[in-house]
Amino acid sequence: MRYLTARKRAEGRGSAGTGTEHHWAMKVSSVGLAFLLPVWLYIFGSALGQPRDVVVETFARPFPVIVTALILVVGMRHFAMGATMMIEDYAKGTTRKMLVIGATSLAWVIAATGLYALARIAL
Amino acid sequence: MADAKRTPQKIERPLSPHLQIYRPQLTSITSILTRITGNGVIVAVALAVWWLLAAATSDSYFALADAVVTSWFGDLVFTAALWAVWYHFLAGLRHLYFDAGHGLDVPTAEKLGWVCIIGSVVLTVITILLVQ
Repeated sequence: MRYLTARKRAEGRGSAGTGTEHHWAMKVSSVGLAFLLPVWLYIFGSALGQPRDVVVETFARPFPVIVTALILVVGMRHFAMGATMMIEDYAKGTTRKMLVIGATSLAWVIAATGLYALARIAL
Repeated sequence: MADAKRTPQKIERPLSPHLQIYRPQLTSITSILTRITGNGVIVAVALAVWWLLAAATSDSYFALADAVVTSWFGDLVFTAALWAVWYHFLAGLRHLYFDAGHGLDVPTAEKLGWVCIIGSVVLTVITILLVQ
């Protein structure tokens, strides 16, 4: 049996074994999103509620497509990691694992669906 | 000998004050709001991506998605999410500022809390006016 004190568990890379990797990844994606979000809100907000031809025309132009694709990929990774952190704080055992897998999958499904829609409109 | 092999005994350590008996403070409320807004925004993102998929698919599918996003329900979801994402944005910037070791004294931390709350409402109104 391994004898580990609470102190020992927290030393080095900590109990998760990944050190500050998660925290740093959240910081990097948050800075990226801080630049992307205001621009994307303007693009998306302007297109929302418009007729289909206007929407298709908007998302056929390079800049709106690239910003939306970046928001989807960076944003959904940021969401998946943030949601994982929340789940790990409040749930444990099998429930925790199922919720983490569910949230991560939801993020990928949304990102993939959005990228497919963008490709179909833009290409 | 037998003692050395035993799992270390759980030591009764003092617990931090429990949420239910802890007086709500601006700093704690603005902290938990960051988590709630960040996770809640996923509802609007899912709706937005569905709308985009409909736009990519066909006129009839788009008519359905457009009817949903422009209904009172769509307005409610997107307006709430707009405030939530601006709140999360400002609280995230505050988090980066805190991480860099600044603004951790109580008066500054409370001021930054008000910046998040008031700033998010102001930015929401500005965005709605800009995209109309």
